[in-house]
Amino acid sequence: MSRAGRREDALHAGAWWLWALGLATAASRTTNPLLLGLLVGVAGYVVAVCRTDAPWARSYGAFLKLGLAVIGIRLVFAVVLGSPIPGTHTVLTLPEIPLPHWAQGVRIGGRVTAEGLVFALYDGLKLASLLVCVGAANALANPARLLKSLPGALYEAGVAVVVAMTFAPNLVEDVQRLRAARRLRGRPDRGLRALLQVGLPVLEGALERSVALAAAMDARGYGRTADVPRAVRHTTSALTLGGLLGVCAGTYGLLADVGAGYGLPLLLAGLAAALAGLWLGGRRSVRTRYRPDRWGPREWLVSASGAAVAALTIWANDYAPAALHPPAVPLTTPMLPVWPAASILLGLLPAAVAGHRAARPEAPPAGRALPGSRPAPHDEIPHDEFPHKEAPK
Amino acid sequence: MIRFEHVSVSYDGGAPTLTDVDLTVPEGELCLLVGPSGVGKSTLLGTVSGLVPHFTGGTLHGRVTVAGRDTRTHKPRELADVVGTVGQDPRAHFVTDTVEDELAYGMESLGLPPETMRRRVEETLDLLGLAGLRDRPIATLSGGQQQRVAIGSVLTTHPKVLVLDEPTSALDPAAAEEVLAVLQRLVHDLGTTVLMAEHRLERVVQYADQVILLPGPGAAPVVGEPAEIMAVSPVHPPVVALGRLAGWSPLPLSVRDARRKAAPLRERLGPLAPDPLPAAAGDQAAVVRGLTVRHGRVPALDDVTLSVRAGETVALMGRNGAGKSTLLRTLVGMHAPSAGSVRLGGVDPKSTPPSKLLRHVGLVPQDPRDLLYADTVAAECEAADGDAGAPPGTCRALVAGLLPDVGDATHPRDLSEGQRLALALAVVLTARPPLILLDEPTRGLDYAAKSRLTEILRGLAADGHAIVLATHDVELAAELAHRVIVIADGEVVADGPTAEVVVSSPAFAPQVAKVLAPLPWLTVPQVREALGGTR
Repeated sequence: MSRAGRREDALHAGAWWLWALGLATAASRTTNPLLLGLLVGVAGYVVAVCRTDAPWARSYGAFLKLGLAVIGIRLVFAVVLGSPIPGTHTVLTLPEIPLPHWAQGVRIGGRVTAEGLVFALYDGLKLASLLVCVGAANALANPARLLKSLPGALYEAGVAVVVAMTFAPNLVEDVQRLRAARRLRGRPDRGLRALLQVGLPVLEGALERSVALAAAMDARGYGRTADVPRAVRHTTSALTLGGLLGVCAGTYGLLADVGAGYGLPLLLAGLAAALAGLWLGGRRSVRTRYRPDRWGPREWLVSASGAAVAALTIWANDYAPAALHPPAVPLTTPMLPVWPAASILLGLLPAAVAGHRAARPEAPPAGRALPGSRPAPHDEIPHDEFPHKEAPK
Repeated sequence: MIRFEHVSVSYDGGAPTLTDVDLTVPEGELCLLVGPSGVGKSTLLGTVSGLVPHFTGGTLHGRVTVAGRDTRTHKPRELADVVGTVGQDPRAHFVTDTVEDELAYGMESLGLPPETMRRRVEETLDLLGLAGLRDRPIATLSGGQQQRVAIGSVLTTHPKVLVLDEPTSALDPAAAEEVLAVLQRLVHDLGTTVLMAEHRLERVVQYADQVILLPGPGAAPVVGEPAEIMAVSPVHPPVVALGRLAGWSPLPLSVRDARRKAAPLRERLGPLAPDPLPAAAGDQAAVVRGLTVRHGRVPALDDVTLSVRAGETVALMGRNGAGKSTLLRTLVGMHAPSAGSVRLGGVDPKSTPPSKLLRHVGLVPQDPRDLLYADTVAAECEAADGDAGAPPGTCRALVAGLLPDVGDATHPRDLSEGQRLALALAVVLTARPPLILLDEPTRGLDYAAKSRLTEILRGLAADGHAIVLATHDVELAAELAHRVIVIADGEVVADGPTAEVVVSSPAFAPQVAKVLAPLPWLTVPQVREALGGTR
């Protein structure tokens, strides 16, 4: 049986995001390639152990590729535009394009140093690790489930985001189908021209589907609102607007030197007002929630492991700053500091907490058939169009 | 429960799509909406859920009330608790991505308490036989399963009225029976009112309490008992055609009723034998040996061996997801076989470039729109000539033969389903491939379009084309196919002359065969011809 991801076994989507954000925070605090590699490895291992077979779980590979692309782009920029890092080990010298004097400080071509490349590599690696952490959260937590944790007033905006997110995979599927159909017309199904020629039909199809979905959602009660008294409506608007203004002014006060005194109280008051506005706004929505995800001990453990990785890495910046930021000038071989590395390994905890339940073999519960009709024997057969399902073991 | 009072609908000031609909659907009835393509069936259904005119635009005159609520003053979302709507394509219906969430979505929108939601989801999972699929992502389900989820997702809100647009068209016979059994149960046990449009009348007409016939575009509807309406309806299932031919009264709607009246007819037909379809004795157009195709680790086809001769028509039958489409796609080289071989007159489809393969095999996909890119029929034909390297005008001549009354400037999207299929077929035929494949060609076609397609395909077979069609339509297979191949779980489980394969299976037997069993008659035209000879 495939790892279809039973609802009872699924971890709260928020826990996964907290864990991933913890890892991402840690990644943003170091440029040591060994530590970053370890972080990516930890995230990858947890994804491999815990993910299900759901379509959104396949996005991890895309994020990995995106990370590699980021590193590549960063390196290309370092080579072409030069690097402010002073260096002595020249790798190659590109012909430099002379620029007018007003473009001083900008350089195209010229000397490429090993130090500059290493610095760019560390920098790109950091960004790539951040992306991989976000990708891990995306693969482990159903994005739609996060919606269930949004306050009622924000629900409709959230649905719009989720519908937009499902738009992309559908588009990819359409492109594949139409490119296959091009074969039937005797045209090549690969290459840029093929992609461009199916563009218009794909967009038409996507538009039609969006309209059909909107009709279906409308007919199923999307956007029903409860009657709320005018006074409550006005209070809601006033609280939300006033709260947001308060937050802005408070933040300004905190950051600027002059208003340090009133900054914090104003910020807090603004936050409180905005939250009250959201809560009141939620009364307009009649929605209820079906089986919201529960926050239990496993969720605490998973999110705590992410938080611990973040906190320990931030702390490591105090006691071992040099190990976390190996200098590019002069060139040095990065070392793997023991304690920061050990703290990153804490991020593996979810694999033990959530992994064994997701991987547990599952007896297929027999669908009860209708009296007088045969049981559905094709329940376990994948549809022709969807060749991705795992084989029954 | 549903009242139409002098309802007319028109779009953009054009000719009205519906005129003067004045009728009532009483509570607890299963009401069937029939009529040829393009007479406004979907529009009529849309007025009940309020999507017409609130969502689609257009002008509605008169008044539609559902459970006492006027659709002019109630938006679709305010009718969501009394009307449940499932459109033609279930995939366009889904808002969430797993089965359980989808079932709960409507109830969440209505704000039902969590305990009620949980209970109703469990009930609905059982009612529709979906319990084993509750955690599955919807995108991985088969067509029949998706249709059941779509129906389930509107059932959970316990609507008084269920509006369904062609709920069984895309389903294999067994899955269709499942869906119909569910509808029966809703009508009988829960008193739900069902209003449903369907082209495949042979599947549904015997369950209907009332039939609304829309005879033509803009014509006023005719309402009555199913038997009364079927006696005059331009669209009718084979059992009704047989009844009309034999002069039975009252007209039987189900195989059972017809069998009880059929004894004299059986006696008359006993000494006669149906004209056999002319046997095909051409060359091998396609030879498949030991073919295995895998999607990832799942075997979609397992050790399939078959061959098709020139001039022969073969129907591929089997459940949704049995591997029919995979077989067709492998024949045009879209999938690489992981074992075995495919030869099309000496050519291997996978390694032949598309521009050459075109002259050996042509496939009309499930949705013919996939094949059409241009914005006019003329441009499409020109492109097809270019693709096939055929002399200019070849495709246009074919279109003129298949679709005599379609102008050059028509946009392919404005054609009806049947016309679009004919256009795609013309595009494929431009390269004169000896082997023609059709994937589910009768989806969405009315009886008239279907019989036109039958004629076209017969003509092609007589010209020496080999034709393979994957279909759920047993009546089409009975009319057209020399041979039927049944595929189950990627394996060939039956391969033989149509009369033998089809009659021996309760799911795949056409209505005429069931009525006249054990005699070997399959279709109404066969019977008509034989009786004409004896007079």
